Amino acid sequence: MANSKAAVVGLTLLQQRQRAAFWFLAPMLVALFCVAAWPLLRTVWFSFTDTSLNNLYGGKWIGFDNYLSVRTLESGRVIYRGTLVDPAWWNAVWNTVRFSVVSVTIETVLGLIVALVLNAEFKGRGLVRAAVLIPWAIPTIVSAKMWAWMLNDQYGIINDILLRIGAIDKKIAWTASTDTAMYAVLMVDVWKTTPFMALLCLAGLQMVPRDVYEAAKIDGVHPVKVFFKVTLPLIKPALMVAVIFRMLDALRVFDLIYVLTPNSAATKTMSVISRENLIDFDKFAYGSAQSTLLFAILAIFVSLYIWLGRVDLSGEGGK
Amino acid sequence: MTFEITTRAIRSGAAFAMMAVLGAPAVADDLFYVSGAVGAAVENFPALVKPWEDATGNTVTMVPMPASTSDQFGQYRLWLAAGTQDIDLFQTDVIWAPQLADHFVDLTEAAKDLVPQHFPSIIESQTVNGKLVALPIFTDAPALFYRKDLLEKYGVAVPKTWAELTVSAQTVQDGERAAGKGDFWGFVWQGNAYEGLTCNALEWVKSFGGGQIVEPDGSISINNPKAIAALEQAKAWVGTVSPDGVLAYQEEEARGVWQTGNAAFMRNWPYAYGLGNGDDSAVKGLFGVTTLPTGGDNPTSAATLGGWNVAVSKYSTKQEAAISLALYLAGPEAQKHRALTESNLPTIVALYDDAEIAAGQPIIPQWKDVFLQAVPRPSAPTLGKYNEVSSKFWSAVHATLSGNGTAAENLELLEIELSEMKGDAW
Repeated sequence: MANSKAAVVGLTLLQQRQRAAFWFLAPMLVALFCVAAWPLLRTVWFSFTDTSLNNLYGGKWIGFDNYLSVRTLESGRVIYRGTLVDPAWWNAVWNTVRFSVVSVTIETVLGLIVALVLNAEFKGRGLVRAAVLIPWAIPTIVSAKMWAWMLNDQYGIINDILLRIGAIDKKIAWTASTDTAMYAVLMVDVWKTTPFMALLCLAGLQMVPRDVYEAAKIDGVHPVKVFFKVTLPLIKPALMVAVIFRMLDALRVFDLIYVLTPNSAATKTMSVISRENLIDFDKFAYGSAQSTLLFAILAIFVSLYIWLGRVDLSGEGGK
Repeated sequence: MTFEITTRAIRSGAAFAMMAVLGAPAVADDLFYVSGAVGAAVENFPALVKPWEDATGNTVTMVPMPASTSDQFGQYRLWLAAGTQDIDLFQTDVIWAPQLADHFVDLTEAAKDLVPQHFPSIIESQTVNGKLVALPIFTDAPALFYRKDLLEKYGVAVPKTWAELTVSAQTVQDGERAAGKGDFWGFVWQGNAYEGLTCNALEWVKSFGGGQIVEPDGSISINNPKAIAALEQAKAWVGTVSPDGVLAYQEEEARGVWQTGNAAFMRNWPYAYGLGNGDDSAVKGLFGVTTLPTGGDNPTSAATLGGWNVAVSKYSTKQEAAISLALYLAGPEAQKHRALTESNLPTIVALYDDAEIAAGQPIIPQWKDVFLQAVPRPSAPTLGKYNEVSSKFWSAVHATLSGNGTAAENLELLEIELSEMKGDAW
């Protein structure tokens, strides 16, 4: 006791605080290393080996062959192999990008509209705010399965409603047809995540001081102009953070597509195709290479976004 | 405990005989058996294993899994790769043996008395490099379900060829639609992009005489005029006698349309027979089953061989009891029980002549004809690459059916992809 006291006396208050902070943070750092860093590093390692799921510890180092390998046959023909020349992989990348851009754009616009409505003063606002969150609160597997039944061509309620109101003249196979599969997935995702965007936008809106609006009102500025000149610039930081959260989620989308259209080439995303290789096709190392690429794409995207958009993720507000 | 087991065993002669064969274990074990939950399999399981539990004093808990075989396979592969000791017995699909062989106990020695009673081809499908990986508990072969009442109403004969089926389906569909049933369809099957489409398409191709994708010697045979004709035939159904949505149907969706009385023909597995004759079925007593049609001028039809087996995990700490349960489940008593309660087809030859089964499930002796024309999926020659081969095949077929390229184009491409995958050898 006396010893430790003597040691503490030798430190300044700041050093003591830093030391205490480190010990408080240590458990979290250890936990993060175990659940995030270690699996990630291991996946990267697997992607440079020929590991199979039946023999997880027997993989041999094969370099970049899972990404790209070039072989010249005796006939002189050159053959390229690996994920980077795999059309199925690029199809998945394209699907993912398309899905992410379209869904996040729609969700941001709709979310902002919903947030503006919820920000207004009206009776029963608390109740409506809670009710709007329901789609977000349902686990994706459950809501995806629910939508799968609603979108069923023969006994689904969507076709039934559309037929009754005369919007379509014959039942549409939403998830089966390659033309509509992506729309079906997008629709369900928008339904599910718009509330999340609305919530984040609402938080931003509530930070906007009321007197700005009053000043605009006194000056007689048109409400539409107020929105674009006052509201939007003021909530932009919150909006940018909301968009990047959604974008990260959308780029690694898995559960919704796995339930709704598991094997359709029209909707297969990066996560779905890497799982398929990892588990179903017994190409564990190949799937690991795709997972690693997925991680790299996400990392590059986030860096670019933060850099180009000057997004402030520190929450300190200073620029 | 031993005393209790002994008194129980004496009460039941059958159980006593089993004990003599299997030997009573010193300590009672609690086993875990994992299986997909299809139809009434979960509810029926306790009654199925009761005699074995009484005889040995062990208990079994069933761990139910999703109905989709692909989902089951993914989970089992993860569990086995991690060497889990939580599951002692796995119920495995007929095509999994080569892919999971390393993780299961060799049952050759334990089952040497039981094996000769089974169909040799099924035992062979579960044998990998001389190791008996799993024991068959029931087999599966699909058939053509048809509405007796409607065929009679429109004066149509039970179709023998796919061309006849197409015409008949159209006739019945037109008639029923004219009579006001707007949702009525001629023929429903499984067209979703999944293992089931491989089964369906293999039947079309084989029944046209177009081979079986990859032949037993490993050669790739899929790109041929007969296979192309078969796929073109199927393509013509989509949107005419089959709904567009058939491209998203698995077994249960097809059964849904069929069992609500909205289809004239259905391609499905035997389990749909018992359920179709249930009290809540709109087609109860109105339908019959026959072998699937033949294609072109090829004389024989084809039915994809399905079926389920039981395998003992080599990571199990209770292997002795687990093997004893596997032998029981693959044995005549359990197979007969399954046949009577779930219309599952036995793999024991003698049970097809069993009077009780013939009386309780008259369809089963009939199914012997279907079964004799069964064609295996190419899981044996393609070894660990079977899933990928199957996925490429069903993708090519699904693309053809949904109009992305012709059958000829897609099969040509498939042939190239398969030979690249094969390399020098599977």
